[in-house]
Amino acid sequence: MSETAATSSKLWDLANPTRFVALVDRFVPWLALLSAIVLAAGLGLAFAAPEDYQQGITVRIMYIHVPFAWLSMMCYSIMALSSLGTLVWRHPLADVSVKSAAPIGAVFTLLALATGSIWGKPMWGTWWVWDARLTSVFVLFLMYLGIIALTRALDDPGKSARAAAIVTLVGFINIPIIKFSVDWWNTLHQPASVIRLDGPTIHSSMLWPLLICAVGFSLVFFTLHLMAMRTEIWRRRVSAMRKIAAREAGR
Amino acid sequence: MSAHALYVLSAYGVSALALIGLALWIIADQRARRRELAQLEAAGIRRRSAKAAS
Repeated sequence: MSETAATSSKLWDLANPTRFVALVDRFVPWLALLSAIVLAAGLGLAFAAPEDYQQGITVRIMYIHVPFAWLSMMCYSIMALSSLGTLVWRHPLADVSVKSAAPIGAVFTLLALATGSIWGKPMWGTWWVWDARLTSVFVLFLMYLGIIALTRALDDPGKSARAAAIVTLVGFINIPIIKFSVDWWNTLHQPASVIRLDGPTIHSSMLWPLLICAVGFSLVFFTLHLMAMRTEIWRRRVSAMRKIAAREAGR
Repeated sequence: MSAHALYVLSAYGVSALALIGLALWIIADQRARRRELAQLEAAGIRRRSAKAAS
């Protein structure tokens, strides 16, 4: 068997929800432990890092704000990929992934907005401006809310899956807009200083704590997403079993 | 505490509250579904795939 065929068959092994649940059972406790360790290390380093010569102590907000903002986009990208899984491959777990990721993404997006706002007040002199970056992230938050509503609108998840997948994919256009908003428009929000073609412009004493925090929060995200996916599989089982029970009672 | 420290504290506080709340919600949902599954299984309801396996 070729390597791609082997990988794709592994992906299809995971399509068996029972096997997926068994895998989540085994990995989640370790993933949770690893998240806690990495996050504690990252936050510890963040508070040990020097203060910024201009921002002073408020630079500490960056160590959570930036990971939240990255995760708000990563979560949406995972949902867009999962939506392709629903529409193209009809992968049985793809819709489970979209539905269970949406509330987690919404919380990370809200936190990116909130922590940014709390940083903006002392640094910019305002809680909020309608510049391209802030507005596009706010639109991302609204899209999360829309997807949450759509995935929970119908009792039969199979019926809302396609609609939610199409909406999620159409909304993906917002992700490059968020990323490049600071280059395309004149924004109060500063341009990228980590993910840029000519390398990070932030000093390594702050870059490393930031990256470790980002890995820590990403691990938290994956732990929560896997747990929520397992719960969603159980929810669908419960509803299937209730239907069977109702049918047997009717006989 | 300086005014700026208060901003830092509130940013971390809001984040901790929201993430702990999210985790607790996910755990509560998980417990409720697990309990429902156990009740249905105790009532002798089996899924079609589970029936085929046994």
